[in-house]
Amino acid sequence: MAYVAVKGGEAAIDNAHAWLAEERRGDPSVAEIEVAQIETQLGRAIDRAMGEGSLYDRKLAALAIKQAQGDGIEAAFLLRAYRTTLPRFNHALPIDTETMAARRRVSAVFKDLPGGQLLGPTYDYTHRLLDFSLATTGADSREVASETVAASQKMPRVHDILGHEGLIEPDHRTGAEPGDLTREPLSFPAGRDIRLQALARGDEGFLLAMGYSTQRGYGGTHPFAGEIRQGTVAVEIVPEELGFALDIGDIEITECQMVNQFAGSKTTPPQFTRGYGLVFGTSDRRAMSMALVDRAMRAAELGEDTNAPAQDIEFVLYHSDNIEATGFVEHLKLPHYVDFQSELESIRRIREASATTE
Amino acid sequence: MAVLARAGAEEIAAGLDRATRLDNAGARPAHRRLRGPETGLVMVRGRIGGGGDAFNLGEMTATRCTIRTECGHTGHAYVAGRDARQAELAALADALLQDPARQPTLLQAVIQPLADAQQAAAQTTARKAAATQVKFFTLAAMRS
Amino acid sequence: MIDISEPGFADPVRDAQGCFRAVLAAMSRPGSVHPITPALHPPAPLHPATAAVLLTLADPETTLWIDPALSAASPWIAFHCGAKTRAAIHDARFVLTTKFPDIEKLDRGSDEAPEDSATVILQIERLEEGPSLRLAGPGLASPTDFRATGLPADFPTIWRANHALYPRGIDLILCAGEKIASLPRSVEVS
Repeated sequence: MAYVAVKGGEAAIDNAHAWLAEERRGDPSVAEIEVAQIETQLGRAIDRAMGEGSLYDRKLAALAIKQAQGDGIEAAFLLRAYRTTLPRFNHALPIDTETMAARRRVSAVFKDLPGGQLLGPTYDYTHRLLDFSLATTGADSREVASETVAASQKMPRVHDILGHEGLIEPDHRTGAEPGDLTREPLSFPAGRDIRLQALARGDEGFLLAMGYSTQRGYGGTHPFAGEIRQGTVAVEIVPEELGFALDIGDIEITECQMVNQFAGSKTTPPQFTRGYGLVFGTSDRRAMSMALVDRAMRAAELGEDTNAPAQDIEFVLYHSDNIEATGFVEHLKLPHYVDFQSELESIRRIREASATTE
Repeated sequence: MAVLARAGAEEIAAGLDRATRLDNAGARPAHRRLRGPETGLVMVRGRIGGGGDAFNLGEMTATRCTIRTECGHTGHAYVAGRDARQAELAALADALLQDPARQPTLLQAVIQPLADAQQAAAQTTARKAAATQVKFFTLAAMRS
Repeated sequence: MIDISEPGFADPVRDAQGCFRAVLAAMSRPGSVHPITPALHPPAPLHPATAAVLLTLADPETTLWIDPALSAASPWIAFHCGAKTRAAIHDARFVLTTKFPDIEKLDRGSDEAPEDSATVILQIERLEEGPSLRLAGPGLASPTDFRATGLPADFPTIWRANHALYPRGIDLILCAGEKIASLPRSVEVS
């Protein structure tokens, strides 16, 4: 028997929660933070909560962050819990990242790619010096430059450029209906559709560490950041009752195309392989890590050695979800009195037994 | 619908009021809710590698509403987010737009101004992005 | 595009929960008759009870087969339930019909997943009237009489075959007017 119902904690729990609410509010002489402030000024925290919560809704994510006192995993947990209360209307048509209204688009492999390199509102090239002018409110902001743009220019993907020469592996479309982790529990072998869904909602720290490990030699894939783009795309659904596609609004996403070491065989000439990252919101780090890990998990498919952690599909998928991970780690603090008591008795018995034999 | 899905409830209401002032085209007839407004989820999908088979990226909230006006027009709306009033007003606008007598005024007073504003916002973003375009030059080019 | 003129539940959450309670009670006490309270005006030939059960149980993630005799209500069902209504009868989780179907043609679940079997939603004229059947089994303290119209004459024989598959087998929900009753696979009929 692992658990025994223990009573008597009710009042303690109520009081703990009341204290938590007081702590959350903080010093009452300081203005209470508004959800709209979080929504509009803590965008990167929102992006991460939405990604790991696997639910795109900036307002809800802002509320979750406020409620969780800024604890990202707790906020993602709140979003995951909330989504279970809502019915699923439909699935969307796959978003077309080629039509993205890009704020940022960079490539580390082609300097002069069509459509240009757009830095967007990036932290890259900042000096990472604390800006003390932000410590006071109302600090004047620099005016943002703007330039005229040609009307709606399509941005070809980097692999389309290389694809013309057959130098990079193409995308495959079989029309297969993708698996869904929110409906069917994880099972193996897991297809790339399931792997990408798991990575898209995976813990950013875990993805980053796994991606980093491949660069450090644990399952190297010789990556180049083929292209990273951030911006908004339209989401379209086809409601059964209407029978045609409806555009329901935009979401912000970040996409990363990683170009990796080439592979070839007797039948196919060598070509670059690819890893793919696509995440909610704005995060190069998250999309790039996802692309690295996606590519690493393709090692067996591409006939490479599979002895590094990032190449072990089961290892990665079983440990990428921070809601599951935090649940199992933190459950250790719940009462295990009976388990421990039985072990205590065992150890005493063993010691007594060894004392008598001496 | 793309325009209404990106417009706030207040903006749609203001558009309908504008149309009403012009020739009463935005006057809201009595209507009955057939379904919703109700909030649910839409599973967003991406494509493996950007252009391959679909995969499930994650869900987003959406609100839908279907109404029927007393004149017998059925209006549908699905909008991103959780704004029930926006969904209901969008469904109402969708129903009114099916009335040939109202349509021209509604397009002019509701849809066009919203579309223009959304287009302008997109342009502003595109211009800011264009200003961050890197203009590569080489040192050799500088010397010549 | 489908033209719909009648709404579903006025209060989707509360009404569906109430109806779910009724279905649960009907399933756990086989043969007991339960009223469906929300006011519904589904298109003919759908009865309010049938409509309520569909709104409660069918959704975009369930497959539903609809008897051609009820096809006039198909657009309403598709719109309000969102269920996939074009399913073949052997793939359907819910089989909506006015005639008791050949259960050999239905999904009766597997030993690994008996819960995958079909639930037949049978719309009949009247409950508590018609030929009498004797029910026994879990949920019934002692054998009870059950009366319903619209079941085939050899129903006890058919049901015996279904019951013998346990834990596999289909479940039956009977809907008439504004009342429901249920015969789960666990019940014995004579």
